[in-house]
Amino acid sequence: MDAVSNPSAGPGVEKSAGARAAIRCRGLRKTYDGKLEAVRGLDLEVREGECFGLLGPNGAGKTTTIEMLEGLLEPSGGEMEVLGQNWAGQGRQLREQLGISLQETRLSEKLTVRETLRLFASFYAEARPPEEVLAEMELGDKADARVGKLSGGQRQRLAVATALAGNPRLLFLDEPTTGLDPQSRRQLWEVVRRFTRGGGTVLLTTHYMDEAERLCDRLAIVDRGKIIAQGAPAELIRNLGGDHVIEVMTDPPTPGLAEICRRLPGAQAVWPAAEGCQVQVSQLETSLPELLRQLQAQGAGLARLSTRSTSLEDVFVQLTGRQLRDE
Amino acid sequence: MQAEEEKNETAAEPRLLHHGRWSGYRNLLWARMLELAREPEVIFWVFAFPLLLAIGLGIAFRQAPVGKTPVAISAAPGAAHLAQLLKQQPLIPFQVLPAGAALDQFRLGRYDLVLEPQPGGGVLYRFDPSRPESVLARRRVDDALQAAAGRRDVVTTRSRPYRQPGARYIDFLIPGLLGMNLMNSGMWGVGFALVEMRQRKLLKRLIATPMHRSHFLLALGSSRLLLMVVEIVLLLGVGIWIFGMRVEGSWWTILLLGAIGSASFGALGLLTACRAQKIESVSGLLNVVMMPMWVFSGVFFSYQRFPRAVWPLIRLLPLTAINDALRAVILQGAALDAQLGRLLVLAGWGVVSFALALHWFRWK
Ligand SMILES: Nc1ncnc2c1ncn2[C@@H]1O[C@H](COP(=O)(O)OP(=O)(O)OP(=O)(O)O)[C@@H](O)[C@H]1O
Ligand SMILES: [Mg+2]
Repeated sequence: MDAVSNPSAGPGVEKSAGARAAIRCRGLRKTYDGKLEAVRGLDLEVREGECFGLLGPNGAGKTTTIEMLEGLLEPSGGEMEVLGQNWAGQGRQLREQLGISLQETRLSEKLTVRETLRLFASFYAEARPPEEVLAEMELGDKADARVGKLSGGQRQRLAVATALAGNPRLLFLDEPTTGLDPQSRRQLWEVVRRFTRGGGTVLLTTHYMDEAERLCDRLAIVDRGKIIAQGAPAELIRNLGGDHVIEVMTDPPTPGLAEICRRLPGAQAVWPAAEGCQVQVSQLETSLPELLRQLQAQGAGLARLSTRSTSLEDVFVQLTGRQLRDE
Repeated sequence: MQAEEEKNETAAEPRLLHHGRWSGYRNLLWARMLELAREPEVIFWVFAFPLLLAIGLGIAFRQAPVGKTPVAISAAPGAAHLAQLLKQQPLIPFQVLPAGAALDQFRLGRYDLVLEPQPGGGVLYRFDPSRPESVLARRRVDDALQAAAGRRDVVTTRSRPYRQPGARYIDFLIPGLLGMNLMNSGMWGVGFALVEMRQRKLLKRLIATPMHRSHFLLALGSSRLLLMVVEIVLLLGVGIWIFGMRVEGSWWTILLLGAIGSASFGALGLLTACRAQKIESVSGLLNVVMMPMWVFSGVFFSYQRFPRAVWPLIRLLPLTAINDALRAVILQGAALDAQLGRLLVLAGWGVVSFALALHWFRWK
C-alpha cells in the first residue's frame, strides 16, 4: 500500500480532505466501426496530485483511452468521471481546468511559437503568461520562429506548452516524449514533476519503460485494450518476485544453461536470451556464487555476466510473454 | 478585495492572465489574418489573379472605335481598276495578291475581305458572314465602289457618336469577376481551410480547449468579410483607374452585397467541408460545386446566350444572383430594395447550407 501524499493543494483550488480521484472510470470500452475492440473494459482511478502512466505497446489502446477521458471520443460503454464531473454535463467549464496534448497535432505552420501559445491561452478565462510557459519549456529563443521551421522535438515541446497555457489542474499528455532527445526528455520530466509538486494531476501515455518507472507515481500496463497490471512501479516489480536479473553467456555455449539457471536458489523466472540466459532472482548474494560454481564445474568459460535490477520491461515480458518494443 | 486575492495568488503561483468572453474570438481572427497574410498563394489567388484576369481580358477585348478594314484584291484583269477606286478610301487599305494567296491570308485574318474582279467589270466579294469585321468591310467597300460609280443617296442622314461607358465588355466583366472571386475565396477560404485543419488534427486540438465553437466559425467568417472588402476595393479600383469604369450605385450597397455573398458562399464552403477528411477530397468537391456556376452564371459572358427555357434555373444559382445584383448596382445604379429577389436567393443558399453544415459538421 502506498500512502497518498497530497500535501499542497493547487492555488485557488479547494481540495476536499483525503485523496479525491481526479479521474475515475469503470468498464470503459470502445469499439471502432462496430468490430475493432480497441478498449475492452478498463477500470482506472487517478488520484489528485499524482502522475499516472498508461504504459503499453503500439495499438494497445492508450490513445483511445486517453481521448475518451478527454471527452474527445465517445465511449462505446462504461462510466467515467473527470474532476468529479462527467462529460455529459458542462463540458466547457471542465475544459477550463484541463490541459491536453494529443499524440499528433500539426499546429499552424505560419504562426510563430509565441502567437500559437497566445492563441491557446486566449481560450481560457485564466491563463498563464505565454512568455513564462515558453521559458519553462525552453522555447524562449524560438519564440519568434514560425512553427513550420521548428524541429520535431521543438514542436513536441510546443504541443506540451499549449497544454500548459491554460493553467490546468489536470494534464493529459499522449506520448509527450516520443521523438525527444534524452536531454529534452529529462527536461520534460522535470516539467511534469514540477506540475505535480504544485498540486496538479497528470495522466500520460508512454511506451518507454524507464520513463514510466522514473516519472510515474503509479501506472497501468495496457495490452490489447485491457489493463494487465496496475500499481506503483516499484510495487509492480516487487510483485514479480525477484529484484534482480542476472544475464549470463558462456563461451562456448553451454547446452544445459537454462536448466542450471532454473535450479539456482531463489530463481523466480528464466528467459533464454540470445545465446545465453536471463534469470530473475530475489537475492544476488546467494544466487550468483552458486551460478559461478556450477559453471566452473561444467568447465564453461564466461563470455558475459551482468546483473541489473528488475525493470518494468521484465514485468511486461513476464505478463505477456512478449517484448514491449517489438510490436 | 480582488487586489488582495491577486496578491495572495502571486505569492504562491506566477501571475495569471484573465481573459474575457471574446478574447478567443479576437485571437482566432487575428491568427487567421496572420496566416492568410503569410500565405503567398492566398495573396496570389485572392488578389493578384482576378486583377490580372481583369486587366488581361480588359485589354484583349477593349472596344476601340472600329479602325481600318484591310482587304485583298485577287490579281485578275480589272484588279488595277479596283485598286484605283480604293486608293481614295483611307479606311480601306488594300493589297493586290495572286488569288490563292489572297484567300489564304484572308483565312488567317490578315484581311477582312477578298475582292475578285469579274469579267465585265463586276466584283465578287469573298467574306465571312460570322466575322463582324468581314461584314463591315463588305459594306464599306461596296459603298465606296457604288458611290464612285455614281450612286446617289436619296435620304439625307446625319450621325453623331454616342458612347456609354457602362456598356463595354470590361464593364460587364468586372462585376462578374467580383462575383466569381467572392465565390472562389469564400468556398476555398472556408472549405479548404477547415478540412486542412481537420486533417492536421488541429480542429480536434482546438475543441479540447474551452474555446467557444461558434467563435471559431465566426472568426473564420469574419476573416472572409475583411478580405472581401479588400477584394472589392481592389477590383473596382482597377476598373476605375485603368479602364475608366463608372460605379453608378452606392458603395455601401456594393459592400453589403459583398458581405451577403461572402457569407452565403462561406456557408456553402462549410457545407462542402463538413465531413471531408482529406484535402484532396474537399478540393474535388469544391470544384464540382463551383464548376456549373463558372459556366452558367454569367461571369465572362451573359447567361442569356443559353436557351431561354433554362434561365429561371440559372437565376437560382447563387453566383448568378450575386453577379446580376452586382451588375445592376454597379452599372445601373440600382437600389438595394430592387435586388430583393436576388438577395433572397443568395440568403436562401446561405441559410440552408449553414443549417445543414451545422447538423452534419464533424470537428474530428
Ligand atoms: N479512428 C479509428 N478507427 C478505427 N480503428 C482505430 C481508430 N483509432 C485507433 N484504432 C485502432 O484501435 C487500436 C488502438 O489504437 P490506439 O491509437 O488507442 O493505440 P495506442 O496504444 O495509442 O498506440 P500507439 O502507441 O501506437 O499510439 C489500434 O488497433 C488501432 O488500429
Ligand atoms: Mg497512441
